[in-house]
Amino acid sequence: MKNLLHNKNLRSQLLTYGFVIVAFAVLQLIAAGGGMSSSLKGMLVPICAYVVMAVSLNLTVGVLGELSLGHAGFMSVGAFMGVTAAISLQSAVPAPGLRLFIALVVGAVFAAVVGFLVGIPVLRLKGDYLAIVTLAFGEIIKSIFNNLYIGLDARGFHVSLLQDRTNLEQGGRLILGGPMGISGIQKLSTFLAGVILILVCLFVIFNYVNSRTGRAVMALRDNRIAAESIGISATRHKMTAFVLSAAMAGAAGALFALNYSTVVPNKFDFNTSILVLVFVVLGGLGNMFGSILAATALTILPEVLREFQDYRMLIYAIVLILVMLGTNNAKLRSLFEKLRRRRREEQS
Amino acid sequence: MGKVKSKNESPLVPVPSTSYIPQRDLDKTPILETRYLGIDFGGLTAVDDFNLTIGRTEIAGLIGPNGAGKTTVFNLITKVYQPTRGTILLDGRDTQGMNTVQISKAGIARTFQNIRLFDSLSVEDNVKLGMHNSIKYSMASGIFRLPAYWRREKVAHERAMELLSIFDMQDMGKMQAGSLPYGAQRRLEIVRALATNPSLLLLDEPAAGMNPSETYELMENIVKIRDTFQIAIMLIEHDMSLVMGICEGICVLNFGKVIAKGTPEDIQSNPVVIEAYLGKKKEG
Ligand SMILES: Nc1ncnc2c1ncn2[C@@H]1O[C@H](COP(=O)(O)OP(=O)(O)OP(=O)(O)O)[C@@H](O)[C@H]1O
Ligand SMILES: [Mg+2]
Repeated sequence: MKNLLHNKNLRSQLLTYGFVIVAFAVLQLIAAGGGMSSSLKGMLVPICAYVVMAVSLNLTVGVLGELSLGHAGFMSVGAFMGVTAAISLQSAVPAPGLRLFIALVVGAVFAAVVGFLVGIPVLRLKGDYLAIVTLAFGEIIKSIFNNLYIGLDARGFHVSLLQDRTNLEQGGRLILGGPMGISGIQKLSTFLAGVILILVCLFVIFNYVNSRTGRAVMALRDNRIAAESIGISATRHKMTAFVLSAAMAGAAGALFALNYSTVVPNKFDFNTSILVLVFVVLGGLGNMFGSILAATALTILPEVLREFQDYRMLIYAIVLILVMLGTNNAKLRSLFEKLRRRRREEQS
Repeated sequence: MGKVKSKNESPLVPVPSTSYIPQRDLDKTPILETRYLGIDFGGLTAVDDFNLTIGRTEIAGLIGPNGAGKTTVFNLITKVYQPTRGTILLDGRDTQGMNTVQISKAGIARTFQNIRLFDSLSVEDNVKLGMHNSIKYSMASGIFRLPAYWRREKVAHERAMELLSIFDMQDMGKMQAGSLPYGAQRRLEIVRALATNPSLLLLDEPAAGMNPSETYELMENIVKIRDTFQIAIMLIEHDMSLVMGICEGICVLNFGKVIAKGTPEDIQSNPVVIEAYLGKKKEG
């Protein structure tokens, strides 16, 4: 055991878990003491959702080593499927905690399935091409939800595309209404649930990275030719990381959506994907702790800057640049180094 | 005859010239046999008419001037490139249609002329990755740390340390592979290749960048590896003292074609080789 604690890897993992738990306890205490503004209180769950988004995207970008520009698409799948599950189970499962849990699982499972389907063509591509195709898939998912209608009545689910042809019976409910998204959501998400989700995702990522499959994925990232020369096949292993990452984004989406009364498909657009990518790059590739910090800070910042009104985005941009300069360390440089090296390899 | 489609029908073609196979391996199937192997890159014929046989426990050398096509031969054998012509038999079986991953599983491991380690991973992880297909457990066991995970990881750790100790590197396990000195990186590549449990090990310029004493140590270790693991080793090397010192059979390549084959003594006294290779070396 003493030996284990000397392990640098393990120490940084324990530190990350510890930080999340301590931050949770401190924030809970402040909130209980009445020292927290209501706007900040309202942000606790979204922060958790963005943290999960950031660590899950870091699994794709930092560990798998592929630039994904469509991560919000998986969040969206999780959000709409998770909320649909929560609404349909309203009477069957009265306990809100259990219903939230089921919604998160449903969101994760659907996002994982979509991740798998997207991964089949995408993971055959390399570098810039992969990034562009993930961007396209993110947009495709968004426009599918903008045109998807799901209703529930006594006869069961009714699904239609492009226009509302669900023809619900008396007493039926149109859950998903195309561009209108879902409204009248019962708020199930709690700060505690969000923190637990973060811890679960960290646990999965850390253990994955330090096991046979995760190692294989990192080997493929570092040197694909060498990895294949020792019998590690690329597509299969890359898929595991990609699907895991999508599943976590799905759970984050469900957590996020169940915090609001209304959620629309356009919330999960390209801007959201880029925002999460900014968290990952600022926090450091492969650095989960950094992702957590970056996601938290950059989600709170616009809120804190609200009093500066017109200058808000200006200050936000300046802070971003400063942080970028501050963290312009080995991590950032190695990303660019990697992209450049890849291009060179492709040319040669 | 022409209608029968059988991959195992051997011999496919008569072997035009034999290489030197050590006495002890003569009565066994050669571990590797290439027949009329060739590849074109556009208009350039990088390798042509390459015939070679390697015995089960032989140390074979592949030499030739720069750009002769030596690395290309390795890339053909490991299917980094698919051959344009010819056949590669591994342990008597045709490797037609196989890819790099399947070749590794079939028992060929290699190192690279321009070192290819997993730079950001630890030395130990680099070696464990070599055992990817021999020490297995499910992804779920890994994530939830089930007993299978602990059991297999322990075996992998012990085996990795054992293999690293061949080169006295067992204390470097925790270091980052990319941060190792050059010579250690070359040795780590060999250890990683050995971890796949190969029956044929291909070494592409293993002594490049090493000083004479390091090279001498490497020579001894290559022989030691062959003796303990009872495997065949084929190496590309420019250092003639190493090649002549440990190789039992040598094949000389020039402009993609074999110009000589034989024992070190044969090669050293072969006028064609001296002119094409050794002679040029002396001038430049
Ligand atoms: N992928 C490729 N595309 C085009 N030409 C190639 C390719 N790979 C190798 N060649 C050419 O094939 C020839 C043989 O190259 P190879 O790398 O096998 O030489 P080598 O004998 O290993 O040389 P060195 O001693 O310098 O390592 C060279 O002319 C090289 O330019
Ligand atoms: Mg070469």
